[in-house]
Amino acid sequence: MSETRKIAVTINGKRYEEEVEVRWTLADFMRQQLGLTGTHLGCEHGVCGACTILFDGYSARSCLMLAVQADGHEILTVEGIAPSEEQMHPLQEAFRDNHGLQCGFCTPGMLTTLLEFLRDNPDPTEQEVRIAISGNLCRCTGYQGIVAAALDAAQRLKAAKEAS
Amino acid sequence: MSLRTFGNRVGRIEDPALLTGKGRFIDDIKWPELAHAAFVRSPFGHAAITAIDTSAALEVPGVFAVYTAADFAPLLKIDRLIVGLPSPAYRQDVNRPVLAKDEVVHVGEPVAIVIAKNRYIAEDAAALVNVDYEILPAIGDARAALEKASPTVHRGAPHNLLAEFDVAYGDVARAFAGAPHVFRETLWQHRGGGHSLECRGAVARYDANEERLTLFSSTQTPHTAMRLLCDMLGWDEHRVRVITPDVGGGFGPKLIFYPEDVAVPLAAILLQRPVKWVEDRREHFVATTQERDQFWDVEIAVDSEARILGVRGTLIHEHGAYTARGVNLPYESAQTVTLAYEVPAYHLGVKLALTNKVPVTPVRGAGQPQGAFAMERLLDRVARELRIDRAEVRRRNLVAAEKMPYAKPLKSRGGMQVVLDSGNYPEMQRMVLDAVGWDDFRARQLAARASGRYIGLGLANFVKGTGRGPFEPVTVRLGPSGKIHIMTGAAAMGQSTKTMLAQIVADQFGGAMDNIVVTAGDTAVIPMGMGGFNSRQAVMAGSSAHLAAVKLREKTIAIGAKLLNVSIDELDIDAGFVHVRARPKIAASLGDIARSVAGIPGLALPGGIAPGLETSEAFVRDEMAFANGAGAAEVEVDTETGEVVIRKFVIAHDCGRVINPMIVDGQIIGAAAHGIGNALFEWMGFDADCQPITATLADYILITSTETPHIEVLHMESPSPLNPLGVKGVGECGVMPSAPAIMSAIEDALSPFGVKITRTPIMPSEILAAIHAARREKLRADPL
Amino acid sequence: MKPPPFRYHDPRTVDEAIGLLSTLDNAKVLAGGQSLMPMLNMRYVLPDDVIDINKIAALCYIRETDGVIEFGAMTRQRDIEFSDVVKARFPIIHEAILNVGHRQTRNRGTIGGSLCHLDPSAELVTMAAAHDAVVTVAGPNGTREIPFAQFPVTFMTTAIEANELVTGVRFPRWPAGHGYGFVEFARRHGDFAIASAAALLETDSNGKITRASVTLGGVSVTPVRVRAVEQALIGQKGSEDFFREVCEECRKVAAIDDVHAPANYRQHLATVMSRRALVAALGRVGKA
Repeated sequence: MSETRKIAVTINGKRYEEEVEVRWTLADFMRQQLGLTGTHLGCEHGVCGACTILFDGYSARSCLMLAVQADGHEILTVEGIAPSEEQMHPLQEAFRDNHGLQCGFCTPGMLTTLLEFLRDNPDPTEQEVRIAISGNLCRCTGYQGIVAAALDAAQRLKAAKEAS
Repeated sequence: MSLRTFGNRVGRIEDPALLTGKGRFIDDIKWPELAHAAFVRSPFGHAAITAIDTSAALEVPGVFAVYTAADFAPLLKIDRLIVGLPSPAYRQDVNRPVLAKDEVVHVGEPVAIVIAKNRYIAEDAAALVNVDYEILPAIGDARAALEKASPTVHRGAPHNLLAEFDVAYGDVARAFAGAPHVFRETLWQHRGGGHSLECRGAVARYDANEERLTLFSSTQTPHTAMRLLCDMLGWDEHRVRVITPDVGGGFGPKLIFYPEDVAVPLAAILLQRPVKWVEDRREHFVATTQERDQFWDVEIAVDSEARILGVRGTLIHEHGAYTARGVNLPYESAQTVTLAYEVPAYHLGVKLALTNKVPVTPVRGAGQPQGAFAMERLLDRVARELRIDRAEVRRRNLVAAEKMPYAKPLKSRGGMQVVLDSGNYPEMQRMVLDAVGWDDFRARQLAARASGRYIGLGLANFVKGTGRGPFEPVTVRLGPSGKIHIMTGAAAMGQSTKTMLAQIVADQFGGAMDNIVVTAGDTAVIPMGMGGFNSRQAVMAGSSAHLAAVKLREKTIAIGAKLLNVSIDELDIDAGFVHVRARPKIAASLGDIARSVAGIPGLALPGGIAPGLETSEAFVRDEMAFANGAGAAEVEVDTETGEVVIRKFVIAHDCGRVINPMIVDGQIIGAAAHGIGNALFEWMGFDADCQPITATLADYILITSTETPHIEVLHMESPSPLNPLGVKGVGECGVMPSAPAIMSAIEDALSPFGVKITRTPIMPSEILAAIHAARREKLRADPL
Repeated sequence: MKPPPFRYHDPRTVDEAIGLLSTLDNAKVLAGGQSLMPMLNMRYVLPDDVIDINKIAALCYIRETDGVIEFGAMTRQRDIEFSDVVKARFPIIHEAILNVGHRQTRNRGTIGGSLCHLDPSAELVTMAAAHDAVVTVAGPNGTREIPFAQFPVTFMTTAIEANELVTGVRFPRWPAGHGYGFVEFARRHGDFAIASAAALLETDSNGKITRASVTLGGVSVTPVRVRAVEQALIGQKGSEDFFREVCEECRKVAAIDDVHAPANYRQHLATVMSRRALVAALGRVGKA
């Protein structure tokens, strides 16, 4: 039987204490052991970006991390982006309004990547957005709706900040 | 009644779940006791299997079973996947087994299935299944495969010719004999895989109490999967249910019925435990069908005014090792060539060649982009040789708007007359030329060249068959909850099918989208269905949904009239109520109306009304609706590196009446990006032994946001007379003009060198080599 | 595509890690994981033990002293990208690192991991070659220093022993006002370069080149310092035409032939990339 370790990790604000197999990837741990299936696996070799999560606030590919490495860390996945069950995050709303998704499989990685990006670059240009998501493959949209959504989200976030 | 949703930019009903991580894709399906599968696959392009030893694998803790072909044989009434579309063109049948028994014919062919506690252990054990192979010669080049001396793809087969047919009309020999000009092109067209971001998958459970099998599959064709499973198992239809969950992109390969779709259910039956298999990306590269090589040798005859007299030639199409769909792909290629233009005579001889590679089946566009590419390349050649503007050559030959509907002297694969149903092709071309700045481009080009930059402009027209028949049933039900449930065999794999159907139905019920639930792709809720492919769902399922919704509305209002004691003419539906138009307060909720016909024991139904509020319709249409459009690309070529950057990309499109402009734009832009990838990036490479050499997403290059240009979309709406909505399909159309427009633009940019492009994709190193070769050629011709 | 079984170790100190490396036969060191993890997922490597050094806090630092910048082996590429010192004093490293993968991979990927993986296209490997960096390696008998010229042995193989661990790398600084240019040719943004070139230049008050470093990445099995070009530049005034002539020398470099590009194409790109890097460098002389 494979070696296991006990870990404690906070995901979307909830603390989990779990016994994990040391060879399990973080993505598999979240998806299979915790049932957090919002994070998707598209390639498992670090190219497609669908499995992107925020690890201590920084984007990372969860197929390229071991679950055991998450011990003591904080993770945000797509399930934790919306402020409440009833309300979506401005970025999610912008995706909906700009047709930033079709099949929705790349979407979790796009959202987490852009969440970090817009935090660091609140007023980006189109080219900056394109570079920011260049590590995330999408086969449906030709990226145009996603780029539009990111630029729109930047405006929404700015407006929300000014209003508060 | 006004249309509130049809034609409008309505938000998608799919989005909220997908945006919050609540989608349910194949890998998200969970059952208690779920076991996980990994396949043992052929590492060779061609080999005989002499022995399989599963003992070491079975000893791995956590392994439940290892099955080979011998284990499955007793369960199968038919042991091959007989899936080829019917055609008299076949010269041999090569149907896939579920698991290979004594011969493997491509890398990735499944040989055994390992079932374990989790996928990690299943993979550990799969590596321990010992298969003895005797390597046989593998053949990878479709042209070489057809030579007499070629080794055969299948041991003991007579040859590698899978099928042959002609697509032809008119007197081609005469057209060419008297032609003032004849030009010939030899083209190598390659397309890669579908590469949906989600790979395939199957999750099966056999319920021994009910004696029923449930298969979740990321398929575009659940009803076909159910029927084939029943055929192979020898079971009645009621014992198999196939459900398509959320699908993370289809793009063609997921319409195929695969060996894994049988192996996983068989394993679940044998093991008496639910089994999940989710394809990983490496498997996707070797086990999911692809499009690959087409070798075209075509010539065009024109008069001195560049009017087309005839087109003829041959096409060798790579089929792969098995028939996983049939002859449709090259047939569509051949049929598409002349569609947009008036071509008096045409003959294309098509041969399908077997190779030791994973089978070839349609990817977004299904061979039609290649047909358009061949024609557009020929027209560019005509323009160059006759020194006439490329757009003008096309304008002289496009089918004129006043000729619509225009019967082509062509027969479809099903033997029906091809009729271009509507459209204004020359106007589409004009729109694109205006938007891209065709007329004043020469000045810009010269100015750029003066500063050492090579820019070029290219153009391509297309006509694309959409809305493949014969039908797609839809049931619409109004339940006591007041919710409207749409059920269809149409499959949703990301193209907004649910929103599309909901929009069509909502218009009959006051336009409320949030009152509608759609089940697409569940054989338990609707008995028949064909699924999602060939840009057909809006046309076929959309039309059925419309007819069903109109009838359901009529009945709803009729019941409302009885309940409210008013006449039918006075009523309308809005906000979940049937109400009197003049006195909205007099109203009955949709739920109450449904309840009134749901039946109460001993009480009569409201006067003469049949029970229930459910209508089913299957709109039947054999003829295809032909969408059309034009695309133009401006490129800049770095003549030192061969890199091509797309500076501008415009596509004009006519899909008849637009149901949702946001979704239509999304489809066109996404498909255009796919086409750009096909033109410049995607290459599925194999070595001489038929080993794939681009089997990761680092080596097989999908286009990303930084290489994709902003794509401008223009619309025209020429309603199709072929269906009640006037719609045509849109899903695949954006692919069509990408490659020919880009190649034309590259040639234009490099015209000072005289570079000619005869293949897709074209890579930077090849462009550079072409520049250098053209330079050498020039030096040879004119040493000074 | 799931990692094979292995034992997992997460030492807190370098000594602990070296102890493990010295006793375990078939161990792999896990740094940022951006190369090792895909190889594990694909089972290209089958280690019995994985030694995760992410918890060795002492390996995470950027220090600048006496004209030298030193990076701890576990310094994330992200930290280098956002380092003000790097941006100000090693602008070519800043320019190069923007081409390293993507935000998500730079957040995790480390400089030590990149050097040890030694992909010939890797930008940080090219930077180390361009700067004559010095790699610090710890082993059971203490530490030793390996000049980068001796660090690569062959394709993706370094001079470090199985029981050694890279702990840091020092980059000597080029003086203020030096010219620099990094250019690369890749099919997509963030992809490994098919060919890249790094150029560093110093000139005298007459504009004559007094010192030059020209490095090719992605062309050959290891990064290549093109000494013939460097020597030809000394004492000359730079110009695009002159660079074009000199950079023809890059065509002679033995080149990789693979699915991404044929060897002669890489050699051709080497001439173009090196010239473009030199042109950029010349244009920046005296500006920083």
